[in-house]
Amino acid sequence: MITGVGGLWAFLQASPLFWLAVTLITYQVAYATYLRTRRNPLLNPVLVSITLIITVLLATRTPYPTYFDCAKLVHFLIGPATVAMAVPLYIHSERLKHMLLPLAGSLLVGSATAIVSAVAIGWTFGASPDTILSLAPKSTTMPIAMGITEKIGGSPSLTSLMVTLTGIAGAIMARALLTLVRIDDVATHGFAVGVTAHAIGTAYTFQLGEVAVAFAALGMGLNGVLTTILVPVLMRLFMSH
Amino acid sequence: MVLALAALVVFQLAGETIVRLFALPVPGPVVGLVLLYVALAVHRSVPDGLRATGNVLLQHLMLFLVPATTGLMMHFRRLGDEWLPILLAAVGGTAVTMALTAVTLRLFLTKRRAP
Repeated sequence: MITGVGGLWAFLQASPLFWLAVTLITYQVAYATYLRTRRNPLLNPVLVSITLIITVLLATRTPYPTYFDCAKLVHFLIGPATVAMAVPLYIHSERLKHMLLPLAGSLLVGSATAIVSAVAIGWTFGASPDTILSLAPKSTTMPIAMGITEKIGGSPSLTSLMVTLTGIAGAIMARALLTLVRIDDVATHGFAVGVTAHAIGTAYTFQLGEVAVAFAALGMGLNGVLTTILVPVLMRLFMSH
Repeated sequence: MVLALAALVVFQLAGETIVRLFALPVPGPVVGLVLLYVALAVHRSVPDGLRATGNVLLQHLMLFLVPATTGLMMHFRRLGDEWLPILLAAVGGTAVTMALTAVTLRLFLTKRRAP
C-alpha cells in the first residue's frame, strides 16, 4: 500500500497535468481573492500565487526545474500575449503620436534613473560587485535583463531575481505612489509602470483599462531597448570612479 | 479565436526569426509586437476576433508570468546573504524610478501645452 501511494506520488510529481492544475487553481484562488478585496495591491495575484506554489514545492521537495518543465504550457503564452499588446497600442496610436517628445524625454529620465538608483543603492548598502552588476538592468523584462547582465559580466540568475522583485514591488506600490505624486492621467500612470516594472507592471495595468495597457506596453518595450544601450555606457562610467 | 491565436503565434514566430537572423538584443515577441502594429496600421483597423483574443490574453498575463516568477525560490540563499541591498534596491529604486518617470512625463506634457 505504502509503495502504491509513493508510486502514485512519483507519477503525479512528474506529471505536467498535475502542476498545470496546481498553477491554474492557485492563480484562480489568488485572482478571486484579489477581486474580492477590491484589488488590494498587497494581494497582487502574482505574489500570492508564487508564495503558495513555492510553499507546495518546498513541502513536497519538488525541484523548481521539474515544476517549470511541467508548467511550460502556461509560460509559453507570455509570447502571444506580448505580441497582442500591439492591439491597444494601435487603437490609441493617435494619442500616442501627440505625446512622442514628452514620452521620449521621460523614458530617458526613467531608464537612467532605474539603472543609477539600483547601482547606487546596492553600492551604498554593501552589495558585492557581482550583485551590483546584476542589479543594473532590473527594470527591463527578464530575457532582455539577463542578456545585458551576461554581456557586462554579472550573474544572469541573480538578475532574474532582481527583475522579479522589481516587477512585484512596482505592481504593489504603483497605485499608492502615483496617487502620492498626484498623477491622475491613466496614460502617464501606465507609461511609468511599464518603464519601471516591465511585464508584471503591465499585467497590473489591465485593471486600469486599454489606454493604460497601451502606454505600459510602450514603456516596457522602449525601456527594454534603451536599457540595452545605457547599461554598458553607465557601468563604464561608474566603474571608472 | 483560433484564427487570432494563429495570427499572434505567426507574428511571434516572425519576430523570433528576425531576432535570430540579425542577432538583435531584444526578445522575439517584442519584434513580433512591432510587426503586428505595422500590419494593423497598413490594414487600418483591428479585426474583432483579434481584439477579443488579445484582450483575454492580456487580462491573464499575470497567470502566464507565474511559472517563471516562481523561479524566485532558486535564489533564497542569495537573498539571505545580501537581503538588505537587494530589497532596498528593488523597493527604493523602483519607487524613485516610477515617481520620476511619471512626474517628468507630466511636466513635459504640461510645458508643451502652456505656450
